[in-house]
Parts: sequence; C-alpha cells; structure tokens
Amino acid sequence: MIPFPASDFIVGGVFLLAVATTAAGALIAALSTRIIRSVAGLALCSIGLAGLFYFLGSPFLALMEILIYVGAVCVTIVFAIMLAEPDEPAPEARSSRTVLWGGLALAVSALIFWSLWRLGAQGHWTPPAARVTDGSVKAIGISLLTTYSMAFELISLLLLVAIMGALVVARSGRAKA
Amino acid sequence: MDFPEPIRLLAFLLGMMAFVAVNAAYLVWAERKGAGRFQRRPGPTEVGWAGLLQPVADGIKLISKQVIVPPGADPILFRVAPLLVMAPAMMTLAVIPFSETLVGRDINVGLVFVFAFGAINVMAIMMGGWASRNKYAIISAARVVSQDVAYEIPMLLVVITLLMVTGTMNLNEIVQQQAGWFWHWNLFRLDVNPLMPVTFIIFFICMLAETNRAPFDMAEAESELVAGAFTEYAGMGFGVFFMAEYANIVVGCSLATVLFLGGWQSPFGVGSGVIWFLLKMYALVFTVIWVRWTFPRTQFYSLLNLSWKILIPISMVTLVLTCILLKLT
Repeated sequence: MIPFPASDFIVGGVFLLAVATTAAGALIAALSTRIIRSVAGLALCSIGLAGLFYFLGSPFLALMEILIYVGAVCVTIVFAIMLAEPDEPAPEARSSRTVLWGGLALAVSALIFWSLWRLGAQGHWTPPAARVTDGSVKAIGISLLTTYSMAFELISLLLLVAIMGALVVARSGRAKA
Repeated sequence: MDFPEPIRLLAFLLGMMAFVAVNAAYLVWAERKGAGRFQRRPGPTEVGWAGLLQPVADGIKLISKQVIVPPGADPILFRVAPLLVMAPAMMTLAVIPFSETLVGRDINVGLVFVFAFGAINVMAIMMGGWASRNKYAIISAARVVSQDVAYEIPMLLVVITLLMVTGTMNLNEIVQQQAGWFWHWNLFRLDVNPLMPVTFIIFFICMLAETNRAPFDMAEAESELVAGAFTEYAGMGFGVFFMAEYANIVVGCSLATVLFLGGWQSPFGVGSGVIWFLLKMYALVFTVIWVRWTFPRTQFYSLLNLSWKILIPISMVTLVLTCILLKLT
C-alpha cells in the first residue's frame, strides 16, 4: 500500500468536519424557531455523531446511529409535527416564568457539562484500538448479550414504557372526543 | 494497478455518479418505451433512433428551466431536499459489490450501511413535502412516512432471516457463499428455509414500496395529489427527485441481486463476473417497470393492511422457521 501524501491532514479534516457537523446540528436544533428546522438540525447532529463513532472505531454503532436516529426518531418527530398544525405558533412573550425555567435549564446543563468534563478529564479510558471488534454479526451479538446486556434490557424496558404511555395517551384522547 | 486508496475511492465515486446518471436517464427511456409497449403504442420515437436521445433532450429542457421557490416555502429545506434524496442512493452504491474486485469499500457492515443510508431517503422526501407548504405535498409526505415505516419492518425481518443464513453482513462474503451452480443462491436455499422464494417476494414487494413505485406510488399518486411531494418543484429540482427514484430502484435491485440471486456469480459455476451482476440487476429493474404498468395503484388502506396484516406475519413465520431449521441442522 502506497502511503498517500498528507493523509493525516485529510483524516484530521474529516474528524473536524464530523465535530463541526455535530456542533452545528445541535445548535440548529436548539436555536431554530421553526420546529421542522430543529428536526433537520437533530438529523444533522446524528450524522455528525455517527462520524464521531466511526472515529472511535465502531462503524456498526455509527451506522446504527444513522439508521435509528435519522431513520426512525427524526422521522417519527416530523410525523408528529405534520399531524399538528402546519403554521408555527408565535413565540411566547418573555415573562418571569419563562426566565425562571430558562435559568433552571441553564443551571442544569452547566452542571451536566461540568461533570462530564470532569469525568472526561479524570476518567481512565481504554484507547479505542483495544476495543475494536471486527464488526461481524457474531462479535456484536456476543457483546450485546454479555457485556452490554444491562443496556440492552434497559432499552427494551424504555420502549415498553413508551408503548404503554402512547396507549394511555391515545385511550384518554379517544374517550374525550 | 496499485493506486493509493483515496484516489481509487475518488475514481470509484466519480464512476458511480456517472453510472447513476446514465442509469437514471436511460431507465426513464426504458420506462417510457416499456410503458408504450405494454399499452400497445410505440413510446418515444422522435428524438434520435427509437427515441434514444429523448433523455438528453429532457435533461437539457429541465436544466434550462428556472428553479422556482414558492413564497411560503422554507427556502433552505426546499433546496436541500432533492440533494438529500440523491446523495444516500449514491453512497449506498459504494458498498455494493459489482464483481469480486469492483467494489468501492468492502466493509464488514455493508448491509447495515445500505439500510442506514436508505433511511435518510424518507426524511428527505418528507422535508421536501413539508417545506413546499402545499396541501398535496403535505398529504403526500404523511403518506410516505406511514408507508415507508410500515414496509421497513417486513424488509428488515427478511434481511434478518437472510443474515442468519449467511452469518455475515459483508456483502462480498454473502456473494462468495453463493458460488457454484444456481441452486447455491440464497433464493434456492430451501434446506434452511423452505419458504425462501416467498421471502424473496416479500423483499421485492417491500423494495417496490420503499422506492415508492407503482402499485405503491402513494407519494406521487398523479390522479389524486398532482405530483405529491414534488408538486412545487420545477426544473432540475424535480429532475433530481426523478433521477433519485431510478437511482433508488438500481440500489434496491442491486441489493436483491446480492442477497438472493448470487450477485456476480454465474449460474453455471464458471465465468463469474460483472456481466452476470448487471444481467440479474437489469432483469429485476425490468420487472419493476413491468409491475408498474401492469397493476393499478392500490388504495392507501389496503396498502397498509398488506404490510401489517400479511407481510409482517409471513416474514415472522419465515424468520422463526429459519431459526428452527438452522438449529436442527
């Protein structure tokens, strides 16, 4: 294999692109006033995240990120938006209540950011190379049912709760009508 | 020839773009010609010999038209949507093995790659429909979502069935397992799943539904929704949607060829190569066109009933049957 000139720069550039996509997508999702653009931002953010997962040596997880978040979650959100009214409601006027909730949200996110940063700076992380699996079906199946079985079961519990919640909401809605 | 990997990849992607463009142009011609023959009329004949230059003329016409963004539309999403429909189709072609060596990236999770990028398609059509601010487009977008979500389930169940037989998600390995005479193809692997041909038919039906082809073209139902999600698009914006439809058909048929029909393997065990892949793929593409001009459009409710009440139970049965037979052997 011939080493390609400046391949380090290209890989670095692609990594920065993934980071920029994630950040830009998140910012669009949070700051946009049109809800459909927020969803598009979320989708962009997921694609950027998929790129980051790829750089962490997990192409399977990267593709699952796109398949589930862009293909299922964003589609579901947009579907819900479409069933609602197509015109955007006017933004709520600033009142003492919105300021309170906004301040609270800011404090919580600052706390989360700080603790994640502490965790990232102090935690002992296995370098990616040691965790790379060959991405085969067998390896994924083994890790899903042994190492990550807890997460796997928790996700199924979450989905069960989501389905039951949807049923409850749908039932009460029909009784009212 | 030993090119450095980035250059090889770039060349492959350029080749893929040309392949997609030529396919889109000439599949439109084939579609119109086929439609003509199915309806006992000649189809396009005026431009060039047997109308062969018709796609070129259409292309020039579409490019020379103005791209109009309606005043109420979301200008960014409206412009981005056609590109988002086209790009994933081209990306998925990068992992499809056309022959043993002619493959963009031979990655281990090739099958997931195809489905992951295929999922962006739905999002893009929906964004185009919503951004148009047109009632036909919004109805069409809502239909696309419920249809594609409904048909994604049996399709993935079928793929899981196949995955258990092959044990790998690497598309090239899947093809290599099907070497030899044509009864080694996954379509005829009756020893692991006596319902394999049924599984293939389910896959094909789901592929028709996912690419929004008749009889499942609820998204574009001309007689009810003008042109559905594409109503507000003029010029090349519409042209790109149109090309993307054919690009997606090519991707779907390529995947069906790789998964069920032995990819680039020859049916007689000797002389495998890219020619067999193209033959099988275009036979499937012809079937897609044939189905479109033979069956009328279904109703929306029977479309959803077909998926939820027939295809999903049957694909569940084939899944469980394959599980049992694989465990027994």
